[in-house]
Amino acid sequence: MSREMVDVQLEPSVLDPNVPLLKVRDLDVQFATGTGVVRAVRGANLTLYPGQSLAIVGESGSGKSTTAHAIINLLPGTGKVTGGSIEFEGNELVGASEKTFVGIRGSQIGLVPQDPMTNLNPVWSIGYQVRETLLANGFTGSRREANARVAELLAEAGLPDAARRAKQFPHEFSGGMRQRALIAIGLAARPKLLIADEPTSALDVTVQRTILDHLETLTAELGTAVLFITHDLGLAAERASQLVVMYRGQVVESGPALKILQDPQHPYTQRLVAAAPSLASRRIQSAKERGQRPEELKAVTGGDGVDRSRGELLRVEHLTKEFEIRGAAKGSNTFKAVDDVSFTVTRGTTMALVGESGSGKSTVANIMLNLLQPTEGTIYFEGQNLHGLGRKAEFAFRRRVQPIFQNPYGSLDPMYSIFRTLEEPLRVHHIGNSKTREARVRELLEMVAMPASTMRRFPNELSGGQRQRVAVARALALSPEVIVCDEAVSALDVLVQAQILTLLNDLQAELGLTYLFITHDLAVVRQIADEVCVMQAGRIVESATTDEVFDNPRQEYTRELLAAIPGASLDVFGSGPAA
Amino acid sequence: MPEPTNPLARPEQDHFFASLDSAVLGDVDVVDESAAPTSLWQDAWRELRHRVLFWASAAIILLVIVVAVAPQLFTSVDPQYCLLSDSLGAPGPGHPFGFDKLGCDVYARVIYGARASVAVGVLTTLIVTLLGATVGAVAGAYGGWFDSLLSRVTDIFFAIPLVLAAVTVMSIFRSSRTILTVVLVLGVFGWPQIARITRGAVMSVKNAEFVTAAKALGVSKPATIVKHLIPNALAPIIVTATVSLGTFIVAEATLSFLGIGLPPNVVSWGHDISQAQRQLRTMPSLIFYPSGALALTVLGFIMMGDAVRDALDPKARKR
Amino acid sequence: MVRYLGRRLLQALPVFFGATLLIYFMVFALPGDPILALGGDRGISDALAAQLREKYNLDKPFMVQYLLFLKGILTGDFGTTFSGRPVGQLIAQAFPVTFKLAMMALLFEAVFGIVFGLIAGMKKGGWFDSSVLVVSLFVIAVPTFVIGFVLQFVVGVKWGLLPVTVGSDVTVKSLLMPAIVLGAVSFAYILRLTRTSVSENLSADFVRTATAKGLGRPRVVTVHVLRNSLIPVVTYLGADLGALMGGAIVTEGIFNIHGVGGTLYLAIQQGHAPTVVSFTTILVIVYIVANLGVDLLYAVLDPRIRYA
Repeated sequence: MSREMVDVQLEPSVLDPNVPLLKVRDLDVQFATGTGVVRAVRGANLTLYPGQSLAIVGESGSGKSTTAHAIINLLPGTGKVTGGSIEFEGNELVGASEKTFVGIRGSQIGLVPQDPMTNLNPVWSIGYQVRETLLANGFTGSRREANARVAELLAEAGLPDAARRAKQFPHEFSGGMRQRALIAIGLAARPKLLIADEPTSALDVTVQRTILDHLETLTAELGTAVLFITHDLGLAAERASQLVVMYRGQVVESGPALKILQDPQHPYTQRLVAAAPSLASRRIQSAKERGQRPEELKAVTGGDGVDRSRGELLRVEHLTKEFEIRGAAKGSNTFKAVDDVSFTVTRGTTMALVGESGSGKSTVANIMLNLLQPTEGTIYFEGQNLHGLGRKAEFAFRRRVQPIFQNPYGSLDPMYSIFRTLEEPLRVHHIGNSKTREARVRELLEMVAMPASTMRRFPNELSGGQRQRVAVARALALSPEVIVCDEAVSALDVLVQAQILTLLNDLQAELGLTYLFITHDLAVVRQIADEVCVMQAGRIVESATTDEVFDNPRQEYTRELLAAIPGASLDVFGSGPAA
Repeated sequence: MPEPTNPLARPEQDHFFASLDSAVLGDVDVVDESAAPTSLWQDAWRELRHRVLFWASAAIILLVIVVAVAPQLFTSVDPQYCLLSDSLGAPGPGHPFGFDKLGCDVYARVIYGARASVAVGVLTTLIVTLLGATVGAVAGAYGGWFDSLLSRVTDIFFAIPLVLAAVTVMSIFRSSRTILTVVLVLGVFGWPQIARITRGAVMSVKNAEFVTAAKALGVSKPATIVKHLIPNALAPIIVTATVSLGTFIVAEATLSFLGIGLPPNVVSWGHDISQAQRQLRTMPSLIFYPSGALALTVLGFIMMGDAVRDALDPKARKR
Repeated sequence: MVRYLGRRLLQALPVFFGATLLIYFMVFALPGDPILALGGDRGISDALAAQLREKYNLDKPFMVQYLLFLKGILTGDFGTTFSGRPVGQLIAQAFPVTFKLAMMALLFEAVFGIVFGLIAGMKKGGWFDSSVLVVSLFVIAVPTFVIGFVLQFVVGVKWGLLPVTVGSDVTVKSLLMPAIVLGAVSFAYILRLTRTSVSENLSADFVRTATAKGLGRPRVVTVHVLRNSLIPVVTYLGADLGALMGGAIVTEGIFNIHGVGGTLYLAIQQGHAPTVVSFTTILVIVYIVANLGVDLLYAVLDPRIRYA
């Protein structure tokens, strides 16, 4: 029985709580690629009741997004459902006509897609795109009424000054604002089910929290069931009552969220629980609170105090960087990205610079790497002023500080073999001859636990985590003293992230490296940093050892950041007070 | 979130976990050593190998080059040996295409005409690619006022239509036209397109992190351009160059047709077409042979450009 | 928006001066004395040559000549041909014809190129797509003049459907065939460009979101896919106007159209340098204006540009 388009119900619908809203059984999804058929989802099962929230958790390639998109028949490219059933309100969706889906999409099942930067059409205004949704799903009313409703929806989603904003275009909105617009679009026709595909993964942590809180309130009011897709276990457990864990296309564990966190049965879930930074940081906190020694702590000093006797390696004093902005409004035409920043880093330890986008942390990193000149301030490297170094001295300096960047898919030259990439630093600095260089490349690959045969491979053959390991190897090639990790693990899957963090930690112990770790993720900071500087709008807001920052945050902003760690409010360990 | 205080019986939502053998756990992130290493070029070659378009165009190009280099292999008749008594003669043994108005053997002229076209095409493309890619790469890599300057220069040359400029210059050179003058004219006015493409490609690569990494290593700017930027911009350059080769051959034919291309003592298809056009009513088939040869040659290069573009298309890549 | 256009205008100025200077340089300063060329193969007496040189300012230094020429352009005085007719008159006669021809060609290539490109892009790999690609390759590979001749012969002479030549009979019907011939290559390029654009946009994220909203396929295709795909196509079309007008030489020759191309060609053959230079300069101006128009249109189509 196919559904006709129904009129939009403007009040939350009342559904029988005993009948599942969505029932997926033995779902099989396949893609036809150049090299054969790929089974993206195998035998997936999930059940969702009206008004419930369920999160599908998994890494990339787990099939979580594919499962969700299969529900509304939005599989990309050659994707096809090849088996199983998807029942929505008792109606079978597998094999239904496109007309049925057009009727269901928007009005019965809404979608909030993942990337706010690419999911809005850049040439139409935001208001237009919201209005489109209303009109396509049975809105009857004049143009003026429609515009009024659009403004209401945008305001509901948390967008301030909605009526004016509706006339603007996507490129005039920040990432968070765009995501709110997408939420407004998803909920515009009051669907019974909302599919939220990593709705906040591209956003700053504090913005994430606000948006998710808002979404929770809204869907609770409307009685909308929510299907979350996420890679973040902590977030999943915090926001959903049911959890489904997927690995390589299969469901490996499912059930009540808290139960799974407290008592994971499947080895994969156990790995995830062990590796998720937000959960790990909670565990470390709890252990410390109880006076126990946390096993997962990777920081050299245990985060409780830095041994200054090792000597100061880096000293930054009153660093300021101003950028000129073209064609800005009258008044200032410079932008202060970094404002009077000072800190010191002790040899052999890890200093974390934490902040959200626009905090200036990356700019500081670039200045440390001598890729940018500061407007004011000085940097001392082992007591030597970095400013005004001659050409030769600057070249020599480069050997001592090396970077690891964020994007594994951009940090290696696609035209260079791995060997060439690793050899380049040696060649540029005229180290050794071709024989010794090859030996060194082998050594480097061994250090990052990759087989020597990787030398002959090219970046396009490696996964994100493997490329990042090559980036680490490249950073080590010149035997530097300091490595600047600019969001080095932020783009990686959780398990891979844990692997790289362990690697970095081991290398630090072995080689006595000093790390400047730039990140937005406070949870990761808990695991690996000895000292923390919290940055906001170019200034250092708080600067202390990791322990102090987590136990006794002094500034409001720091507290906000801590509270925003997904899973911060969870009581995962039974005994012991929740934070 | 609302947790039912009086839990309804929902067995499907109980704690479930899969058995170990149904979902086998692999190690985290292991390098797949089974496949042979391949670079992007090798990947592209593999793509290319499977396309009919590639083989067809390669065959045509090869044939044309062989004809151009060694016309004697295909005919023993002298294309400049024309007897008025043979004027507009019908095809016969040894003369499969018949004779043109002046009594020259059409088949021989078609064979020997390949050399001029191919020479012009190849030489012009070489000049245009070297000049255009250099200008474009430097403009894209340095940016700023330097880029503005070079872009304006590119715009100026763009503003003057190729054929027009060629027509003007060639009429000035009326008395001293050779293959090289034609190449020079086409080259000097044909480089803006490759310059623009290269500039665009370089600008899209220059902000990649591996370029910043090279800078952090201490690699100098010119070295970065040569070693990192240009190799990554090569794909669009190659595609544009291949297609341009075809269009230059057409341009040369157009110039010869207008009487301001190669001099009449050089056997060229454009010239023959111009002659044949006058016989269109009396002997329409005459125009077919040189046009067909020209079209086939150009088709070969343009199809090759298409095939290469598809093979190098990053969106067609798996990862 | 104003700032964006202002900047474009500013960028157009050096292009105008640079291009006209270059043309002037090419025509006058390169070897090959225009006065001697005027004499053709018969040669010309020294006295007469000196007289002509003086009359046409050819004895003055190059830069002075260029500035005089510029002054002339800006005051509407394009000089006179060697046979005494004011060049301005030639321009007034020739440009409207070519403009009409170019606009017709533009219309043809835009409508057919976009429609066929859209269908091909939506059904990529299908039979329509393959056939359309083959046709476009063919059109690009066969030189315009060959297409022109063949069409003229088959459609005009053999079948008698359309006038074979235009001459002084300048009507839409008589210009139809020349317009198709002129626009043929651009039609092929626009078709391919639209096809690629459409096929890329079909798999864009925002298109998937539009579908997820519950929009029907027709609306998704027109409002979202086509609208965004048109942006590069429009840019190409605008730049093409200048190219069409300048490249009409061959077409005008074949169909005996007394337009810019025809007049220009004669002038080149006869060495009438002032005519050549004036005409070419006007063409450059048309090209620059068309490009500015495209920039304007681009800003209308793509809101991101308006605030750049």
